[in-house]
Amino acid sequence: MMASSYNAKDEDGHITVTGPGGGTLRSKKPENTAFKQQRLPAWQPILTAGTVLPAFFIIGLIFIPIGIGLYVTSNNIKEFEVDYTGVDMSSPCFNCSQNFSWNSTTPCTCTIPFFLEQPYESNVFMYYGLSNFYQNHRRYVKSRDDSQLNGDMTSLKEPSKECEPYAYHDNKPIAPCGAIANSMFNDTLELFYNDPNGTKVQIPLTNIGIAWWTDKHVKFKNPGAGEANQNLTAVFQGTTKPLNWRRPVYELDAAANNNGFINEDFIVWMRTAALPTFRKLYRIIKSPSNGMMPTMPRGNYTLEVVYNYPVRSFEGRKRMILSTISWMGGKNPFLGIAYITVGSVCFFLGVVLLIIHHKCGNRNNSADISN
Amino acid sequence: MSFFGMDCVRKKERELERKLRANDREYNLSFKYATNAIKTSKYNFFTFLPLNLFEQFQRIANAYFMFLLVLQVIPQISSLSWFTTVVPLVLVLSVTAAKDATDDINRHRSDNQVNNRKAEVLIDRKLRSEKWMNVQVGDIIKLENNQFVTADLLLLSSSEPLNLVYIETAELDGETNLKVKQALTVTGDLGDDIEKLADFNGEVRCEPPNNRLDRFTGTLTYAGQKYPLDNEKILLRGCTLRNTEWCFGLVLFGGPETKLMQNCGKSTFKRTSIDRLMNVLVLCIFGFLAIMYKMATKLPSLPSSHSGPYVIILNTVVPISLYVSVEIIRLGNSFYIDWDRKMYYARNDTPAEARTTTLNEELGQIKYVFSDKTGTLTQNIMTFNKCSINGKSYGEVYDYTGQRLEITEHTDTVDFSFNQLADPRFVFHDHALVEAVKLENPEVHAFFRLLALCHTVMAEEKKEGEIFYQAQSPDEGALVTAARNFGFVFRSRTPDSVSIMEMGKQCSYELLAILDFNNVRKRMSVIVRSPEGKLSLYCKDHLNEFAGEGLRTLVLAYKDLDEEYFNQWQQRHHEASTDLDDRESKLDQLYEEIEKDLLLLGATAIEDKLQDGVPQTIEQLSKADIKIWVLTGDKQETAENIGYSCNLLQEEMNEVFIVSGNSPEDVRQELRNARTSMKPDAVEDSVFLPERTLGKSVKVLTDEVVNGEYGLVINGHSLAYALEHSMELEFLRTACMCKAVICCRVTPLQKAQVVQLVKKYKQAVTLAIGDGANDVSMIKAAHIGVGISGQEGMQAVLSSDYSFAQFRFLQRLLLVHGRWSYLRMCKFLRYFFYKNFTFTFVHFWYAFFCGFSAQTVYDEWFITLYNLMYTALPVLGMSLFDQDVNDVWSFQHPQLYVPGQLNLYFSKKAFFKCALHSVYSSLVLFFIPYLAMCNTVRDDGKDVADYQSFALLTQTCLLFAVSIQLSFEMTYWTAVNTFFVLGSLAMYFAVTFTMYSNGMFLMLPSAFPFIGAARNSLNQPNVWLTILLTSILCVLPVVTYRFLLIQLCPTINDKVMFKVRQAKATPPPPTRRTRIRRTSSRRSGYAFSHAQGYGDLVTSGRFLRRPAVSRSSGFTHIGRTTTGFSPMGRSAGYSPTGRLQNAKVPDVEVTSLQMYRTIKDPAL
Repeated sequence: MMASSYNAKDEDGHITVTGPGGGTLRSKKPENTAFKQQRLPAWQPILTAGTVLPAFFIIGLIFIPIGIGLYVTSNNIKEFEVDYTGVDMSSPCFNCSQNFSWNSTTPCTCTIPFFLEQPYESNVFMYYGLSNFYQNHRRYVKSRDDSQLNGDMTSLKEPSKECEPYAYHDNKPIAPCGAIANSMFNDTLELFYNDPNGTKVQIPLTNIGIAWWTDKHVKFKNPGAGEANQNLTAVFQGTTKPLNWRRPVYELDAAANNNGFINEDFIVWMRTAALPTFRKLYRIIKSPSNGMMPTMPRGNYTLEVVYNYPVRSFEGRKRMILSTISWMGGKNPFLGIAYITVGSVCFFLGVVLLIIHHKCGNRNNSADISN
Repeated sequence: MSFFGMDCVRKKERELERKLRANDREYNLSFKYATNAIKTSKYNFFTFLPLNLFEQFQRIANAYFMFLLVLQVIPQISSLSWFTTVVPLVLVLSVTAAKDATDDINRHRSDNQVNNRKAEVLIDRKLRSEKWMNVQVGDIIKLENNQFVTADLLLLSSSEPLNLVYIETAELDGETNLKVKQALTVTGDLGDDIEKLADFNGEVRCEPPNNRLDRFTGTLTYAGQKYPLDNEKILLRGCTLRNTEWCFGLVLFGGPETKLMQNCGKSTFKRTSIDRLMNVLVLCIFGFLAIMYKMATKLPSLPSSHSGPYVIILNTVVPISLYVSVEIIRLGNSFYIDWDRKMYYARNDTPAEARTTTLNEELGQIKYVFSDKTGTLTQNIMTFNKCSINGKSYGEVYDYTGQRLEITEHTDTVDFSFNQLADPRFVFHDHALVEAVKLENPEVHAFFRLLALCHTVMAEEKKEGEIFYQAQSPDEGALVTAARNFGFVFRSRTPDSVSIMEMGKQCSYELLAILDFNNVRKRMSVIVRSPEGKLSLYCKDHLNEFAGEGLRTLVLAYKDLDEEYFNQWQQRHHEASTDLDDRESKLDQLYEEIEKDLLLLGATAIEDKLQDGVPQTIEQLSKADIKIWVLTGDKQETAENIGYSCNLLQEEMNEVFIVSGNSPEDVRQELRNARTSMKPDAVEDSVFLPERTLGKSVKVLTDEVVNGEYGLVINGHSLAYALEHSMELEFLRTACMCKAVICCRVTPLQKAQVVQLVKKYKQAVTLAIGDGANDVSMIKAAHIGVGISGQEGMQAVLSSDYSFAQFRFLQRLLLVHGRWSYLRMCKFLRYFFYKNFTFTFVHFWYAFFCGFSAQTVYDEWFITLYNLMYTALPVLGMSLFDQDVNDVWSFQHPQLYVPGQLNLYFSKKAFFKCALHSVYSSLVLFFIPYLAMCNTVRDDGKDVADYQSFALLTQTCLLFAVSIQLSFEMTYWTAVNTFFVLGSLAMYFAVTFTMYSNGMFLMLPSAFPFIGAARNSLNQPNVWLTILLTSILCVLPVVTYRFLLIQLCPTINDKVMFKVRQAKATPPPPTRRTRIRRTSSRRSGYAFSHAQGYGDLVTSGRFLRRPAVSRSSGFTHIGRTTTGFSPMGRSAGYSPTGRLQNAKVPDVEVTSLQMYRTIKDPAL
């Protein structure tokens, strides 16, 4: 085609669409959908004084009461803590801590007297606390075999490699295997109330209901559970106890439903702590059924410790804690203080921003956009 | 095809001189010249895999993941399985490979198509049809009309008289007017006699292959005689033969050695600046982690082998999902470009196309736009728009109230059916003119008779009534066509006659003389004897000063000549034209003498149609602080005028500098002078930014601020000096101070050099836009290349990154798509780094509490799924949908584009800021849960501070915090975004509860040890209070900071968004203030493509004298108009107020026609 030269690259308006297949005349015009044309309906929030300032005040108004509530609740919780590590010469447990040996057959016992200033009502929870104990160390945390603890027979005889070097001893599989189980807390704590009339009354401690229900009933199972007349001793035949344990796992408790892997002390220990200072529920002191008397009246008490658990090597500390609880758990004033602080800061910021907005904001926003 | 596909790179001995002998393949083959096959593809079947993988692993990211993969394969190190890295890596690699493969297949196809074109080659004394790729140097080939030139040829003979051929060189230099080439007489005598041609054994010695389009030197030795060869005898590959039945040529250069291919430039792998920045950041992060790791291992009391989790950490700081997401976002934003109806051109059914999907965000950072002129800014159509005959103007359309109507596509057109010879494509809107013609108005008839006679157009009438015009300049063609349609049809010409059809009556005028156009006189005349025997001189004169709507204006005049005087004049003319020295000036004197005392007939206005919306687009872009440089192969005058008409150069500019020196010293002086007048107190030093330490330390030129607005026009030959190493900085400094730069008469390679110069010394992103093969090199050289599609010649599109049909779409591509892409990408990267740094830093703080054992603070499943499921979709949603303000507002405030140019949204500083932000967030996210949970218990006294509950708590806090943070980043909440954000949170809880359920644990006890953690801790009020507290604390400073910023120093975005919000109630119709028709001040911006025509050729049998290529240097008129025109400036006849204005016509025309000395017409 030879057109006159002055429109050599002619755009003469002819729509000549020739598809590769010989030319269908379907237009290539893109579809007119909101999505393809980027016109989807949308909400476009921006930070204006009208939204930001009220939000600050509202947050302030909500947070401060919550904080006060939390703080008061936390303050109402009674807590008593006694360190029985025995670091000081004067400490009753000093001897036990100094003379500890893994092989000693005779347990070392120490007695710590203490005085409760206030009576403790309703259920009182008794914790043992450890410090500088890195239960959250990666290699420590991994050193367990959940299949074995769940009652898997194969894993019982062939513990997972994760348990190394606490998987086998004397060519026998260790049950329960791993470093966590091996280092289980094994001090025995007993509480006595020194009656004003001179008698020493042992306080009954409940060791049932201290672990999570899911742990006790789902996560931890004895091998062969469900079989009729199971004999733990027989089930654990062919395995050996963890190196540091004094008793095999099937002799942890007399009660059948609290023995073996489903022993609650064991379960509580196996739930590793997040932080190097932690407390674990040891026993519960149930409130008397008549409800008239406080669970633990004000007065003198004695803590008797069978000192089995060495912490000196890693400069750890051991504590016994008595605490009541509330709807927000144990005593921790942090949340309350934090809420009050954040609420106040919000409120304060709201005021400051309001002033700034009044002083400069209007000027800037209404300023015309220079072209 | 060589095995490694690297023919093009293979260096052979440098050729110093080319020797070849026609019709002697054996002799020519001994030199191993390249054949005519071209190869633009990169791979072949065997080399694809290794080469492509090699290229891909040059991306740091890919190499980095390869490294991670190697680490993960080592079981002692890894805790995550190897396929978590392998699967995405393979996916990324294969998608890229597939894309590269399709691209290369396309290139193979187009290569094949070109290589398999047929050409008639003289082999063994016979003409044979051969494929292009088999054509060899020294072959003689035959070309026919409208065929592409096969290779660089020496023209031997042609069908036309005087061995002329006409070629169109648009593909090479963008000029669309035909050019004439002429063969040597000695070869021309060969004609089309195959025997003679086969016997032709001329030997050619010429320059080695090079890229200079305008120069050729060589000699032909034939029959013992030596003949010099110059550019006049060479047909270059890429040209098209026009208006010539056939010609024969001798192949001098083939395939890759042709000047076209030598001008092609190299295609380089383009990467965005964000990509490069990301590479640097990844390396920094990598180094930082390595140091942390080193420090961690040096700490005492640590058991060995804890590098494993560090691999996890590496994996989470820069996860592969980052790269996958980046690619998805780019792909999505590319699709938006393909889908945009506002960038679809219905005329030729061309949607915009993002041919490269990896450069989108760079579109939001363009600082320099390099544009071609012909076909890009202009449509390359000249239309006869308006005329004024005898003081009456035609061309406007008025409604019944006398209001001028905007002429659109729907305006009624004049029906030319009365004239069988009319060109159906000619469109005119004013019926009055046709009526005047039909009423036999004598002035109107004389007007069109002049148009039909006074020109140098050649007519070609293959079939009765189908006339094609062949004009040296497009506007001449337009005038003759106008005359044709109004009943004065130019039909044919001989050297001494012109045959026209006057209102259906055949007339033949004797052509006595053509006083051809040249740049000094700017007018042409013919002297003819009418059939009645009357002797007349018809003249048309270009009015440079005739400002108004940017129409190129010619004034038409005539006079009757006295027979005696003419004879005498002709005698003198003959003497002068045979005079050997000073011929030019003598002729000019003669012309001047006879072109006196003319009678004014009227004036014409021809529009060199700009593409639609070009001035508006250019104005928008310059408001967005984008600098536009026009690089054109066209003449200086044309380029300048187009510069004015498209608003690039403006009347209000303080000065427009012209650089057209012919020696390096002149050019340097001109550049210096320009700079001094812009900035008298310019300091010579301190123009460079401090040298960069990272990467190659290249000097970076600072932007210099000058008062006022300036323009720069530089000529091709001056540019050649300016681009020399010693002067390039001088040139760049001067050019960058100017608001607009126009480079004319530049070769394709110079275009690329200009682009590269800017790329080298300016830390700025460049974009090149063009439509022809002559733009390919600059398209490849620029950061972003845009091709104008939908027209003939797709080379530009094929090598471009984006293509669309109209220049005006560029503003949408940049101001809307580019800006959004950049915004989205930056938001994405900032947020992505934020969320992953926060994630990682929490680990870091936890390290202090777990004995630096690298215990992860989260559940391992959470680590795996965090980037994959929990946070992937919301951020993707944001990066695909977010827009700060919509497209209408983006156009209304082009300044919104500026932050992108300044790299404000994502830079090292921004990265550092978001790292700092994550440090804060991670501190909150770790220490608040830590303090809240330490020593506390559940509400039934049982454990809640255990590792599992703590992990669950921190990861939940983290997820809430990053989700809320995302909500603050997002400014455009579509339903999809809301669904993604809430859905991801819901998904988190669903997945968590599922994985912590009894069933999962019982199936795989060791894989799901977190059984019950969710149930036992998420029912605790203090857990939720902690989550709330961390969320609030994480966003509190952000909100405060941003609010303060908005209040105290709002950015342009903030202001516009605020304005949008205020306007929401009543969305203003986008009052396009940009739609200015500033006709009042615009200078005649019309295409000035008139050139010396074929006058000599037409009239005399004399040997053709070629028009001087560049006599333009004498053309110095530029800048302000100097006439006494009213500020209205419209040429009186074409004013919008129409007839009223006509009263002023006499004044105006008299002033501007002073050169006509006297005006006898009583009508004026």
